[in-house]
Amino acid sequence: MSSEPSGTEQARGPRGLRNDQFSGLILIALALFIGWENRAFPVGSLQDPGPGYMPLGLAIFLGLIGLLIAIRSGDSPFLLAAPWPEARRAVLILLMCGLAALALERIGYRLTIVALLILFLGVVERRKPLPVALVAIGFSLASYYVVGDLLLVPLPRGPWGF
Amino acid sequence: MAETLQNLLLGFSVALSPQILVYAFAGCIIGTLVGMMPGLGPLAGISLLLPATFGLNPIIAVVLLAGVYYGAMYGGSTTSILMRIPGEAASVMTCVDGYAMTQNGRAGPALAIAAIGSFVAGTLGVVGLMLLAPTLAAWALRFGPPEYTALLLMGFFILAYMSGGSVPKTLAMAALGLIFGMIGIDTMTGYTRFTFGVIELGDGIGIVPVAVGLFGISEILLTAGAVAPPKVQRPKLRELVPSGEEFRLSLGPIGRGSLLGFLIGIIPGSAHIISSFVSYGIERRLSKHPERFGQGAIEGVAGPESANNAAATGAFVPMMALGIPTSPITAVMIAALMVHGILPGPMLIQQQPELFWGFVASMYVGNVVLLILNLPMVGLFVNLLRIPYAYLYPCILCFCILGVYSVSSSVVDVWIMLAMGAIGYALRKFGYDLAPIALGLVLAPMLELSLRQSLAMSAGDYAIFIERPIAATMLGLGALIVLFSLKPLISKGKDWRASVGLESERS
Repeated sequence: MSSEPSGTEQARGPRGLRNDQFSGLILIALALFIGWENRAFPVGSLQDPGPGYMPLGLAIFLGLIGLLIAIRSGDSPFLLAAPWPEARRAVLILLMCGLAALALERIGYRLTIVALLILFLGVVERRKPLPVALVAIGFSLASYYVVGDLLLVPLPRGPWGF
Repeated sequence: MAETLQNLLLGFSVALSPQILVYAFAGCIIGTLVGMMPGLGPLAGISLLLPATFGLNPIIAVVLLAGVYYGAMYGGSTTSILMRIPGEAASVMTCVDGYAMTQNGRAGPALAIAAIGSFVAGTLGVVGLMLLAPTLAAWALRFGPPEYTALLLMGFFILAYMSGGSVPKTLAMAALGLIFGMIGIDTMTGYTRFTFGVIELGDGIGIVPVAVGLFGISEILLTAGAVAPPKVQRPKLRELVPSGEEFRLSLGPIGRGSLLGFLIGIIPGSAHIISSFVSYGIERRLSKHPERFGQGAIEGVAGPESANNAAATGAFVPMMALGIPTSPITAVMIAALMVHGILPGPMLIQQQPELFWGFVASMYVGNVVLLILNLPMVGLFVNLLRIPYAYLYPCILCFCILGVYSVSSSVVDVWIMLAMGAIGYALRKFGYDLAPIALGLVLAPMLELSLRQSLAMSAGDYAIFIERPIAATMLGLGALIVLFSLKPLISKGKDWRASVGLESERS
């Protein structure tokens, strides 16, 4: 028996879960998680509903709706067939912003923004060093001046006072 | 009527003061620029500007943010017409015929009609706001917890029915938003819920990180890999004047779009987006030559542009009169007012007339400013679109981090924004509408409190919602809408979305 897909199988396209089935199942899992976490809070009674009353109701509702979405997934495209061409770059952007969030209160706003813009423009977008440096330093200093100095919004400074 | 005019005069005395005029002007310019930038719609723009309003007085703050709102609505239409890039979602329909007009060498008239339609709709919308909000506020003074519960539930059902996406998906997103709204300390018992040991979550999740994450970051994640922007046309001032025939064809769509947009704007949901889709569908259906639509029909620009601007104004009616946001944008505006210790609601118009009427008058002023400012300066504004996107999106991301951090000087808010960006990106890939999440988040504490108070009032008897006439009427209306919502789930017939081509455009 050959491991190559037959012509008929290729014509059928990718199989497996559909988008709506997948997202419906995720919603059900989320509802179960909320229901589980909600054990810590008293549900109370009808006369005196407790802090767990509404979260429990919402978890049940979310689970039921998730089930409905998963069941009614007829026209939804297959999960594997859906194009996610920008996904890799999206993950990279989120990782870099995560690094910036970690650095923000450690090395200060200005240095964080300079580093983040150099990473984006120099490493991800591969722009020329001079414009990258100008944009990174210019944006960082100008935004700090406007927001921090003019609008008096407190922005974090690094251990070097910068 | 005489009282209304007297109040309006009071409003103009506030709105025409030089300081307010400067801020209305600044808000319109910032809004126009924000609306033109892909990835920064009115919501992200208002959210990011919110910290800058903390030091201002409440009237200036709300005038500035409202200027950003309707400026962004206008800015979005410029990029739609000239480049086929909707700066914000409400301008999607303007792309169709607006860009076709640009290709036919009629970019100037398309921009002019969009501006005139926006001006007329905005002005009529303000008249509606002026007449309706005080009446609604006076009526809302009779509301108790059961009425508020019924009103909020009815709002969610209308949201599900009117939303551009599927009904179950919209309801799921509303439930998700309500669950996000449960995070933090329960005001009635003091229990800390779903914080997972993060102290900063004790106060709950703020609307700003959620809004910027869901609408700003997710848009950047979706478009970051985009290629270089297309060529930008810069229409000259003398090319802006529409022909007599174009004026004549636009009159009806502007009138219908204004009325329709205002009515849809009062309803919860992404009203400004939905109104433009519905208006386009109606104009195409009413036209004697529907085949012109998509090929550069001016009615396809005039209707949707008027509708989305009227809807933007209509959304302020429940916000000001009831204190209930019907869109994420008005939710952020309420947050802005609450920072200054002002709670929008039935008492606002009585207790702070200068704020309400000053705001109303400033909207008239803002509409005039936009008309005067944007048409002659459109050539200047489109220069922004020449900045390569590779430079633009990292700067927008930095603005997002800066804006969200500034609200409460908390890195946790930045993390929430990034998490919401990732969630929003995934949900959009799966065809979910994000607006109900933001609405659910804002309305959750109000809904939970009023529900629990109602049940406490009635000793656990749910009949309280039927025994009180206002609550019963609203719940009955909600039930009717649920039945309408269920129709497409049961039968294979088309519902209103399919008839205006909404689902296909949004998916």
